[in-house]
Amino acid sequence: MNKIINDFSITVGTVNGSGSSTANNTILRAIFKMGIPVSGKNLFPSNIQGLPTWYTIRANKDGFIAHNERRDIVIAMNPNSFARDLASVAPGGAFFYADDIKQPITRTDVAAYPMPVKTIIRNDPNVPSDYRDHVANMVYVGVLAHMIGMDIDKIYAALEFHFKKKQKPIDMNFNVVKAGAEWAKANLEKKDAFYLEPMNKTDGMIMADGNMAGALGSIFGGVQFVGWYPITPATSLAESLNDYLPQLRKREDGKHTYAVVQAEDELAALGMSIGAGWAGLRAMTSTSGPGLSLMTEFAGLAYYAEVPVVIWDVQRIGPSTGLPTRTSQGDLTFTHFIGHGDSQSVILLPGDVYECFEFGWKAFDVAERIQTPVFVLSDLDMGMNQWISKPFKYPDTPMDRGKILLESDLEELKGNWGRYFDADGDGIGHRTFPGNKHPMSSYFTRGTGHDDHARYSEEADVYLNNMDRLKRKHETAKQYVPAPVFHTMKGAKAGIIAYGSTEAAILEAQHQLEKDHGLATDFMRIRALPFTREVDTFLAKYDQIFIVEMNRDGQMAQILMTEYPQLAPRFKTIAYGDGMPASAKWVREGILAKYKGRKAASAKRKTAKKAAPARKLSAKNTTKKNAAGSKSKTKRK
Amino acid sequence: MTETLPMAGASANINLAGLSKNDYRGAPSTLCQGCGHNSISNQIVTALYEMNIVPEDIVKFSGIGCSSKSPTYFLNRSFGFNSLHGRMPSIATGALFGDYHLKGVGVSGDGDSASIGMGQFKHIMRRNVNMVYIVENNGVYGLTKGQFSATAEKGLSLKKQGENQYMPVDICMEALVSNATFVARSFAGNPKQVKELLKAALSHDGIAVLDIISPCVTFNNQMNAYHSYTWGKDHEEPLHEISYIAPRNEIMLENEMADGEVREVALHDGSVVILKNLEKGYDPSNRYDALRVMEEAQSNTWMLTGLLYVDTTKPNLTSIYNLVDMPLNRLTEADLRPAPEMIDKVNALMF
Repeated sequence: MNKIINDFSITVGTVNGSGSSTANNTILRAIFKMGIPVSGKNLFPSNIQGLPTWYTIRANKDGFIAHNERRDIVIAMNPNSFARDLASVAPGGAFFYADDIKQPITRTDVAAYPMPVKTIIRNDPNVPSDYRDHVANMVYVGVLAHMIGMDIDKIYAALEFHFKKKQKPIDMNFNVVKAGAEWAKANLEKKDAFYLEPMNKTDGMIMADGNMAGALGSIFGGVQFVGWYPITPATSLAESLNDYLPQLRKREDGKHTYAVVQAEDELAALGMSIGAGWAGLRAMTSTSGPGLSLMTEFAGLAYYAEVPVVIWDVQRIGPSTGLPTRTSQGDLTFTHFIGHGDSQSVILLPGDVYECFEFGWKAFDVAERIQTPVFVLSDLDMGMNQWISKPFKYPDTPMDRGKILLESDLEELKGNWGRYFDADGDGIGHRTFPGNKHPMSSYFTRGTGHDDHARYSEEADVYLNNMDRLKRKHETAKQYVPAPVFHTMKGAKAGIIAYGSTEAAILEAQHQLEKDHGLATDFMRIRALPFTREVDTFLAKYDQIFIVEMNRDGQMAQILMTEYPQLAPRFKTIAYGDGMPASAKWVREGILAKYKGRKAASAKRKTAKKAAPARKLSAKNTTKKNAAGSKSKTKRK
Repeated sequence: MTETLPMAGASANINLAGLSKNDYRGAPSTLCQGCGHNSISNQIVTALYEMNIVPEDIVKFSGIGCSSKSPTYFLNRSFGFNSLHGRMPSIATGALFGDYHLKGVGVSGDGDSASIGMGQFKHIMRRNVNMVYIVENNGVYGLTKGQFSATAEKGLSLKKQGENQYMPVDICMEALVSNATFVARSFAGNPKQVKELLKAALSHDGIAVLDIISPCVTFNNQMNAYHSYTWGKDHEEPLHEISYIAPRNEIMLENEMADGEVREVALHDGSVVILKNLEKGYDPSNRYDALRVMEEAQSNTWMLTGLLYVDTTKPNLTSIYNLVDMPLNRLTEADLRPAPEMIDKVNALMF
């Protein structure tokens, strides 16, 4: 049997609340420390205890670590999902199961391995009986480690990290891992093809989740006020702020330069943040779709009153009883149009954990420069799962506090200023904030219906003037928001547009489309609204542009169609949202299904031609990357 | 924006802050002639002027409604935020973190606080935000032309609305059970008491609720309505006469204080509220007594006015947060952005 090295997925089926996340994270981290590109995705129900839950890990030597539907190795710990888990294993795959689950193994095309989980745990005198169920999960870590060649020292390192160097739990868990590995060594015969081998592809990388990264970025952005309300999957963002602010903003006098307030609901969470932003603080809130709905009225007010505030939306699916623990990109159009009357939102779209950190600090600069709410749209997959990442980078620009007038400035101006007066022609006025002691510093804030000097007015021309200026200001925002990122290919025949967490799936699909179908594409990942000039240029280049996103109706496509109506016939929506993170398969299949035009037929011919030499090359083992990739590919087909 | 700079023009009536009463005024009112809210605005101006508080040290807040328009009509030189219906509390809570040396003065209404904003009203009480929270209470929605509010009494009939079927919300009781640290009620037709209670409220370190019955002259001023002038005048039942004494001795105790038992309530800044009890032994630091007298007043349809409850021992919201001495909104990048070497520490904290 040919070995399949560093290119497979592991899925663990457990009961929610059984403590498997420690075990699963340990596997993920150990593989990461072995230098192999890897991702881990927790596919969990909205439940505290009892419902089935899965965790999928994908190791891929070429760095293609988007979610993959294919299940190579499945570990079954949950009797209730046993049959389903067994059925899900790909032919030629491996199936590990707790041997106390007395259910028939109905397949002959997979390698089945029983594991005496309960026996091993009961035989370990160091595991107290009330810890048994939790620690039992370490048995499968140990068995798997032996069977696929996971480095036991890296497992130790993962446990050391997880238990923050507390020796007792580290030892208790590690001993069970070892017991599992030893049992496997003595009792199991390897019947599958999956192996891990050390690489050096994660050297210098870190592993973090997007919510923590966003919180850390916000701290480096100088966050001063956080109003928040718990909601999955955004909760851990605010909790990370609570965890890290005391460490990273520690002062000798022990006093605080920030405040985090858990509000009574999302209305108050944003209300407080807007109050703080208005009063001159770097203020933020974090929420998810339903919470954002509640924030709508305040978001509209902040747009018109021109209050800087940062709003993180870690997107999930649907309403309260939708699929609240599943990922989505379903809030884009809502955020785009949020408010009432005419409004336009500034939206940042981080694509990975690294950008969650970067946009964490950048969002405050944009908000204070433009004097408007800035929305940062993350999602559950990015926010709650561990991603490998380049190390976070210290902000490379000083804080931009925007146009602020202090006492000395007002002195110079002899008090002659107007809060909404467009002195610079960029639509942005100057602001003052409470605590300014100059007698001409104050102004009265209300929604719309004010003149350049913030005086009440319902005059038509005053209103129109103000609305025109707001539009001008939105135009100015284009200079301050992050430009798109491009992944281009030689001879690209079509464009792909996406945003957020789908990048890994699209890069993989792009690779497959070129390799297997001869379809070269250029990919632009949009990172902000309003669209910058780079977007205009990209759109002009291609007859066919596939807009890929995780929702039903193609929300980015809708926005592009309204912003660029003359180009609408070029846009092809590849929208899909079932709660799972994006996979290369649906991106690829979606694009192939919609790819049309003059070149379609020749593209197919080219596919055949191109694919053939690729296999030849791989046989000669010219390039490692292609070789291994097509080898496993051929094998599976 | 004010057109008047401080000290502009010579005036005989300059307070210790060097300001004239004009420095405390706002834009001309656009509320109805005779509206109780205007009288309250005037007392706010007078109270602050007499207390020598600089307008820049006050931040005004309001929600939506007739009452919420009134911050335009006083303190031109103070920052003000006319926010959303029922959401004044959250805006004020966040804004006062900007500079915790500032005092909030919020004006809301019965619709704004007792209906749509009931949740935020109660939560700002339990957080003890440092502000005076005035409810200009008239039992009716004015701007939408005369619907019942949640404080309207059962059985009240209004043109177009018919008869109110529901029991009313009592602002003071709601404040008290939500752990407000200063609860008082007054009547717009009793400006002296309004002013003295305002002064006491401004000196209180924490949330100070002032429920001021302020009749709506247009939509709810029937002879028999609880929130009318006639009814108010006839049924007002002062809990005690009240005088406010500033921490310094410049303002003397007013000499028309009647005989009777006198109780001094010391506020955090050293100032004192002196209550002359009409009801013997009434102790405004006793929550139980406060609830009892409110229950009694309700069952007798008295309008009980005065300082119902005060607790000066609880810290206000921002002081719980142990903030740096300098206002947060004066901090700069050096205070706020961790040093460059911290990024390595952060990356080392990740796996």
